[in-house]
Amino acid sequence: MGGVHPPENKLSTKSNITELPVPKAVIIPLGQHLGVPAKPLVNKGDDVKVGQLIAASEGFVSANIHSSVSGKVLKIDKALDSSGYTRDAIFINVEGDEWEDSIDRSPEIKKEISLSGAEITKKLAEAGIVGLGGATFPSHVKASVPKGKKAEYLIINGVECEPYLTADHMIMLEKPEELLVGIEIIKKALGVSAAIIGIENNKPDAIEKLSDIAGSYSGTTIQALKVQYPQGGEKQLIQAILKREVPSGGLPIDIGAVVFNVGTVYAIYEAIQKNKPLFERVVTVTGKSISKPSNFKVRLGTQVSELIEAAGGLPEDTGKIINGGPMMGKSLASTEIPVVKGSSGILIIKDEESKRKEIKPCIRCSKCVSVCPMGLEPFLLGVLGEKSMFARLEEEKVMDCIECGSCSFTCPSGRPLLDFIRFGKSNVGRIIRSRKQS
Amino acid sequence: MSKLITVSPSPHIHSGQSVEKLMYGVVIAMMPAMLVSFYFFGLGAIYVTLLSVASCVGFEYLIQKFILKQKPSITDGSAIVTGILLAFNLPSSLPPFIIIVGALLAIGVGKMTFGGLGNNPFNPALVGRVFLLLSFPTRMTKYPLAEGFNTPLLIPTNDNLDAVTGATPLGLVKEGLKNGESITSIFQHNGINYTDFFMGSIGGSLGEIAAFALIIGLVYMLIKKIITWHIPVSIVATIAVFTGILWGFNPESYADPLFHILTGGVLLGAIFMATDYVTSPMNPKGQIYYGIGIGVITVVIRVFGVYPEGVSFAILIMNGFTPLINRYVKPRRFGKIS
Repeated sequence: MGGVHPPENKLSTKSNITELPVPKAVIIPLGQHLGVPAKPLVNKGDDVKVGQLIAASEGFVSANIHSSVSGKVLKIDKALDSSGYTRDAIFINVEGDEWEDSIDRSPEIKKEISLSGAEITKKLAEAGIVGLGGATFPSHVKASVPKGKKAEYLIINGVECEPYLTADHMIMLEKPEELLVGIEIIKKALGVSAAIIGIENNKPDAIEKLSDIAGSYSGTTIQALKVQYPQGGEKQLIQAILKREVPSGGLPIDIGAVVFNVGTVYAIYEAIQKNKPLFERVVTVTGKSISKPSNFKVRLGTQVSELIEAAGGLPEDTGKIINGGPMMGKSLASTEIPVVKGSSGILIIKDEESKRKEIKPCIRCSKCVSVCPMGLEPFLLGVLGEKSMFARLEEEKVMDCIECGSCSFTCPSGRPLLDFIRFGKSNVGRIIRSRKQS
Repeated sequence: MSKLITVSPSPHIHSGQSVEKLMYGVVIAMMPAMLVSFYFFGLGAIYVTLLSVASCVGFEYLIQKFILKQKPSITDGSAIVTGILLAFNLPSSLPPFIIIVGALLAIGVGKMTFGGLGNNPFNPALVGRVFLLLSFPTRMTKYPLAEGFNTPLLIPTNDNLDAVTGATPLGLVKEGLKNGESITSIFQHNGINYTDFFMGSIGGSLGEIAAFALIIGLVYMLIKKIITWHIPVSIVATIAVFTGILWGFNPESYADPLFHILTGGVLLGAIFMATDYVTSPMNPKGQIYYGIGIGVITVVIRVFGVYPEGVSFAILIMNGFTPLINRYVKPRRFGKIS
C-alpha cells in the first residue's frame, strides 16, 4: 500500500567496511535508546576499558551502555546530541586501546550456540543491544515475548529503503555467516523455527550471498522484495512478507511477528558468541559532494566531524548535514556530535539541494493520500495540525503515522505536511497520556 | 565550520513534482482534442480557444493584482487549463463577448471568489459553461457545421443561425424521440454513424467531438500519473450499465450505451472535467462513488430531463457532494481493527 520511489543514490556500495581509527576522545550519551536514559556507574577520573559497563539501564525499557574506548573519564556533563538538545553524557579521554579480557577478539566464526533462550535474552540486556535500524528499541524487550502472545515468525529487515544508506547492505555482503548464526540465536530466544530475511531487489549481490549459505540453516529463507520506500518500516515489511497488518495501536507480536534489523542481528551475534557488548557500529558516510563515500566501523562516541574527515572532508558547498537517511534522518546543527547506537549514516547535502520548495496552496491532487503507507489522509492531518484541532486529529488516526515523509516528499505544492502532522502527533500523544493518567 | 547550514525536519528531499508540471501535463493531454477541433472547425475554433485562454489568464491576473492584492500566480498553469476547458465546452465561432463573460464567470465567480487555486468548490470552467448555457441557450446549443477552414471565424448572433449550424447527435435523438420517432429511424434519416463519433466529424462543442483524441489524452495522463483511472472509468461504466439496462428494455425508445458514451461530452467530462483535482474526492473509494453519481445523474437528465446532455450539470452537482464524500468516505486504514 502506498509508498514512493526516491532516487536510490547508493553511492557507497563499492566501499568495504573499514575500521575508523580510535579517536582521541569520545562523548558517550546516556540516552542512546528508546526508553529511560542509563545511570552512570563511573566517576570523573576513573579508568575504563573497551567494553566496560559505564552506565546501567534504568528499568525494563532501557539499555546498558559500555565504553567504546580505554582511558580516563574526563567528566559527566551535558553534550549536544543529534536531537538538537543537550543531554547527559560521559566524556572519556582515550589512552591506548585496552579491551576487556572477556571479549573474544579472534576472527573465527562461532556457530554453536551454548546459551539457552532465557540466557540469551538476559545477555542481550547486559550487552546493551538496541535496534540499530534507527528506532533503538532495546532488543531484550523485543526478544521477550509477552504472556499470552506467541511469536510465529522472525523477520529480518535487510531492506534499507532509505536512499544513500548502505551500512546494512555491506554487513549482509561481508558478514553473511555471522548474520545467519545471529538469526539462529534470536530464533532460540523467541522459540520460533521460521525466519525470513526481507531484501529489496536492488541488492542482488546480498540476496545471492545469503541465499547461497542459508540452505544449511533450516527454517531461514530469503525473500526478495520489489523496491519501494518505506518498505523498511516494521509494519510495512511485515505486510510485504506475511501479508498481515499490525493492528492500529498494536505491536508486531500481536500478529505473531518479531522484526530485527540486519545490523542488530550482527551485534547480537557478537554479543552472544563473542561476548562483545555494543560499543561500535557500521556508519555510512555519503553524499553527492563527498569525495570518498564510505562505510566505517566506528566506536560509539566518535564525533561526526571525524567521520566526515575520513571520507574526504566537508565540502565547501555543504548546505545540510543529516544523521540518517534523507527521508527520515535528522539534520544536525553541528558536526561536533557523537555517533550513537542509532546512527546509521551521515549524509552531506549540497547547498542548492538543502532548501525547501516554495509553499503553494494545496490543489487537492490527493497524491499524499495515495502514497501514505498507513492509509491516512496527510492533507487533512496537515490542516488539522496547523489549526490545532487535536480531537479530530485523533479521530483521523494521526497516531498511526510512521513519519516516513512520503507525503511531504510527493506534495507538488511543497507543503510541509509532515511538520504539521508531527506537531499534531506530539499534542495528541500528550493528550492521550494525560487521559490515561487521570 | 564558518558558514551556516540548514537545519530542518525530515524529509530532506523532494520528488520534484510541482503544480506547474501537473497543470502543463494536463495542457499537453488536451492537445490532441484541441488539434481535432482546429481540424474540424478551423479558425473559428482557434479564435475561441485563444480568446478563452487569454480571458481566463487575464481575469485571474487582474483580480489577483487589483482586487485581492496578491502576487499574481498565473504562471502555475491552472488558469490556462480552465481557459482550454471552457473553450472545449463552447461551440466554435461564438461572439467574443459571450466568451469573455464565460471566462469572467469561470475565473471571477467560479475560482477567485472562493480564494483562488485549491479553494473552489465547483469546477470553474463548468461554472462558466453552465452560466452561458442558461443565459444564451440558443447560441450555446447551435453548433457550426464542421467544415474545416471553411467554417466561419465568427457567426454574429443576429445571423440566421439555422442556416449555418446544426445540432448534436444527442440533440437530434432527443428531438426525434419527442416527435415519436423510433431510434432506428432517427439514426437513419440523420445519417448518424459511430465512426464519426470516434473520429470527430459531428456537431458539438470544441472538445467533445472526437473520442479518440480524448482517449489519447486519458492514456497520457494515466502514464504520467497525473490522474488515476477511478473517476473516468466509474463514470463511463455507470453510464454504460444504466443506459444498457434501458436499451435492453426497449431499443427503439432508448439509445444504446455506446451512443451515450461517445456523444454529448461524456468522455470530455469524464476525462478532463470530473478529474479536476480541486473539486473531486481525495481517495479512490470516494472517487468511485463520485463517478457513479455523475454517471447516474447524467443518464437521468438525458433520458428523463429536458436537456439532451447533462454531463456538466451532473459534474457540478457531484462537485457539491465532494466535501461530504471526503468527510465520510475514508481510505482503507492500515491495520484497521474491525
